[in-house]
Amino acid sequence: MYSGASNLVTTTDNAFFLIIGISVIFFVGILATIIWFIIRYNKSKHPVAEQIHGSNTLEIAWTIIPLILVLVMFFYGWSGYSPVRNAPKDAMRIEATARMWSWSFEYPNGIKTDTLYIPVDKPVVLDLISVDVIHSLYIPAFRIKEDMVPGRTNRMWFIGQKPGNYELFCAEYCGLSHSYMFTEVKVLEQDKYDAWLAQRSDTAATAAATADPAVAGRRLIESNGCLACHSSDGTKLVGPSFKGIYDHKQAVVTNGQTREITVNDEYIIRSIYEPDADVVEGFRKGQMVTYKNQLSEDDIKLIIEYLKTIK
Amino acid sequence: MENNHLPNYLEYRGKRTGLLGWLTTTDHKRIGLLYFYSMMTFFLTGAVLGILMRLELIAPGRQLVDAQTYNAFFTLHGLAMIFLFVIPGVGAVFGNFMLPIMLGAKDVAFPKVNLLSWYLYVLGAIIVLTSQFMGDGPPDTGWTFYAPYSLKTQTNVVAAVFGAFVLGFSSILTGLNFITTMHRMRAPGMGWKRMPMFAWTLYATGWIQLLATPIVGITLLMLAAERLLGIGFFDPAIGGDPILFQHLFWTYSHPAVYIMILPAMGVISEIIPTFSRKPLFGYTALIVSSMAIAFVGYFVWGHHMFTSGMSEGARWVFSFLSFIVAIPSAIKVFNWTATLYKGAINLQTPFWWAMAFIFVFMIGGFSGLVVGSLATDIHVHDTYFVVAHFHYIVFGGTGFAFFAAMHYWWPKIYGRMYNTKIANIGLLIFFTGFNMLYFPMFILGLMGMPRRYYDYLPQFQDGNVISTIGSWIMISGLIIIITNLIRAKKQTGKIVDNPWNGPTLEWSIQSPPTLENFEELPVVTHGPYEFK
Repeated sequence: MYSGASNLVTTTDNAFFLIIGISVIFFVGILATIIWFIIRYNKSKHPVAEQIHGSNTLEIAWTIIPLILVLVMFFYGWSGYSPVRNAPKDAMRIEATARMWSWSFEYPNGIKTDTLYIPVDKPVVLDLISVDVIHSLYIPAFRIKEDMVPGRTNRMWFIGQKPGNYELFCAEYCGLSHSYMFTEVKVLEQDKYDAWLAQRSDTAATAAATADPAVAGRRLIESNGCLACHSSDGTKLVGPSFKGIYDHKQAVVTNGQTREITVNDEYIIRSIYEPDADVVEGFRKGQMVTYKNQLSEDDIKLIIEYLKTIK
Repeated sequence: MENNHLPNYLEYRGKRTGLLGWLTTTDHKRIGLLYFYSMMTFFLTGAVLGILMRLELIAPGRQLVDAQTYNAFFTLHGLAMIFLFVIPGVGAVFGNFMLPIMLGAKDVAFPKVNLLSWYLYVLGAIIVLTSQFMGDGPPDTGWTFYAPYSLKTQTNVVAAVFGAFVLGFSSILTGLNFITTMHRMRAPGMGWKRMPMFAWTLYATGWIQLLATPIVGITLLMLAAERLLGIGFFDPAIGGDPILFQHLFWTYSHPAVYIMILPAMGVISEIIPTFSRKPLFGYTALIVSSMAIAFVGYFVWGHHMFTSGMSEGARWVFSFLSFIVAIPSAIKVFNWTATLYKGAINLQTPFWWAMAFIFVFMIGGFSGLVVGSLATDIHVHDTYFVVAHFHYIVFGGTGFAFFAAMHYWWPKIYGRMYNTKIANIGLLIFFTGFNMLYFPMFILGLMGMPRRYYDYLPQFQDGNVISTIGSWIMISGLIIIITNLIRAKKQTGKIVDNPWNGPTLEWSIQSPPTLENFEELPVVTHGPYEFK
C-alpha cells in the first residue's frame, strides 16, 4: 500500500482506505449492537417482548445516512479513477499485444520485446491489442488493469515512478495456460533506459543486416512469444518442442486422418499460417492462432534457420 | 395423538405409489422436496470440486491434476453451484414448500406447470452434466462463457450452453407460478400487507425470473448459433463484438444475483421475528427495499465490465447505480437488527444461522462497495478479491440462508426434530471453516493474485494454504450438519408442529402437513408477525 510505484497508487489506495474504513466502522458497530441486543434482550432476562412495529424516523435516518456515505465513496472511487482515462498528449506510446499465452511489446522505433521496459517518471500509453481471445493486462503494483479485446484497441496509461521490476499478469481467463501468461515491467532510470534501447536497436540491426540469420530467427521467436508454448529444450508444453524438429519425420492429424510428413520449410510455413491444418499427433487443435499478419515468409525463413541450429 | 392426524403428504397414497407417486406428484410440498434432493446432489458435487480445487492450490505447481482438468473443474463448479443450486435454491425448495401454506392456500396456482418446472430443471441439469462426458472434453470456459474464447475452445461448450438454456425455462415457469399464486390464491383476509416477508421476497424474485431470464436464453442461443452456424454475433474475426456478449450475459446474470439473494433475505426475515417474539421491524420498508433491489438490480450489470473498455460515461453511471443498490440491502440489515431490540430472544439453532448469515452477508456487502467503486475495482477486478466477495454473498448469503431454512422448517417438513446441540456445534465449525476458506482470498486479491489461476507465484502461497485448510474445516462442519439432520428423530405434537412458536400460517397446521395443508381454509385477521 502507498508504495508510490505509479502515479495511480495514492489516489487508488485513498479510495481503498476510505471505503474499507467506513465499512469496518459500520461492521463493528452493527455487530456490537447485535451482540448487545442478544445479551440484553435474551428471554431469560427480558421474557416479554415489546411489540414494536417500526419507526419512520429511523427508516429515514438509515436510508439517508448510508446514502450520503455511499455517494462519498462513489465520488472518491470516481475521482481516483478519472486520471486513468486522460493520458497526457506527450506520452510515449507502446503497443502491447496479447495472444494465448504470451505478451509482446512494440516500441516507437519498432523494437519488440516480451518484457515491458519503460523509463522512470515518463508517462507511457499502452495500446492494448489482442489477436485471439480476451486478455487483460494487469500490473498490481501500479493499480492498473484493462482488458485486451480482439477487434478493438483499448488504452491504458501510467507513470512508473520507482525503478524496479514489477509483475504483469493476464487477469482475464484465456484458456489452458492463462496462469502462465506472466511477464515483468522493468522501470529503468532514463540513462539506463536509453542505454538499453541503444543496445537493443544495435542487436536488432546487426541481426537483421549482418550475417547470422539464426540469431535473427531466435530474436523473432522470442519477441513473438513462441516460447510460451514451444520449448527449445525438448520439454513438452502446449505445443511440440522446437528441439530437433527440423527434418524430423512426424505423424500429424489432417482432417481427422493421421499421416506422416517431414517437417520441412513448406510444413513450417503452413503450421504458422494455418495451425489447425496439420496438427502434430498428441496435441490439441485450436490452441494456436494464425500468425499471418505478424510474420512474413521472410521472417519464417529466418526462424527456420534458427530451428536448424537446435538439434 | 397420532390417531387424530390425517395422513400427511409423505404418507398419502394417490393413484400411484412409491417412486412413481413422487415423480408424478403435483403436490407443491413433494415438488419442493424433489428440488431439495436433486439440488443437494448438485451442491455436494460442486462442493467436492471446490475441495479438489483448493487441494490443487495448496502449493504452486502441479499437485493433483493438470491445467486443462483444473479449468474444467472451476467451470463445472461454477455451472453446478450457480445454475443448479443457488439460482433455483431457496425459492424452488422452500418457496415451493412454504409459499402456498404461508398464504393459506392448498397449492400453487399451476400445480402441473410446477411439476414441469422440476422436469425442465432435471433435464437441464442432465444436459449440463453429460456435456462433461461427451464431445471433445468437458467445457473449460468458466460459467460465464465469455466470447470469443467460448467460440474458439474445442471443448463441449454447446451442450453446456443448451443445458443452461433449458434451466432458464424452469426458472421462468417457477417465477410465473409464484407470482400468480400470490395474486390469486391468498386466503380470505390475507391482504398484500399481511403476507409474510418470505412471500414478498419471492414476489420480487418472480418478476426478475420472468423478465431477465429470457435475455440469457437468447444470448446462449446466439452463442450456440455462432459456434454451429458461424453467425458473427460475438467474434470480431467474423464481424461480431465480444463486448456485446458481456452486456447481454450480465443483463441477466447480475439480476440473477438478486434471484439468489432475495429469497434468502426472506428466510432471515421469517426467522428473526420468530426468535425475538416481536413483529418484523419496518415491515413496509422491507417490502419497498425488496422491490427496489429487484428494480435497480436491472441497471447495474455494467459493473462487471469496468475494465472491458466501456465508455467513461457508462462506467460512472454503472458505478453510481451500484452504490445506490447497496442502500436497500443496508436497510434490511438495520431492520433485522432493530427487530432484536426489546425482544425476548430465544437462542435456538435457526436463530444462530440467521446471525451467521448477517455476519457473512455484511462482509460480502461491504466488500461489494470496494468492487462497485471505480478506482478500487480496477485493481481488484478479476482477482481473488472478487472470488472472496461473491462467495461471501452467494454462499455466505444464499447458502447460509438455505441452511437456516433447513433448520427452521425441518420439523415442519419431516415431522422430525434434530439434535440442536450437535446442530450448533456443526454450525460453529462450518462458520469457522467458511471464514478461514474465503477471508484470505480478500488479502490475496489485494496483493494482486488473479482468479482462475491454476498456478501462482510463491508470494501467494501462505494465503492459499490457510484457505485450503479452511476448506477442510468447513467440509467437516458440513458433514456434521447434514448427518445430524438426516438422523433427526420422528416426533409428534407441538415439538414438531410448532417448536419455535412461529407466528405464520405454516406453524398453525400439523407437521408434516396433510395433502391439502388446510382442512378448512383459514381466515386471516391480522398481520404476519403478531405475538400474544
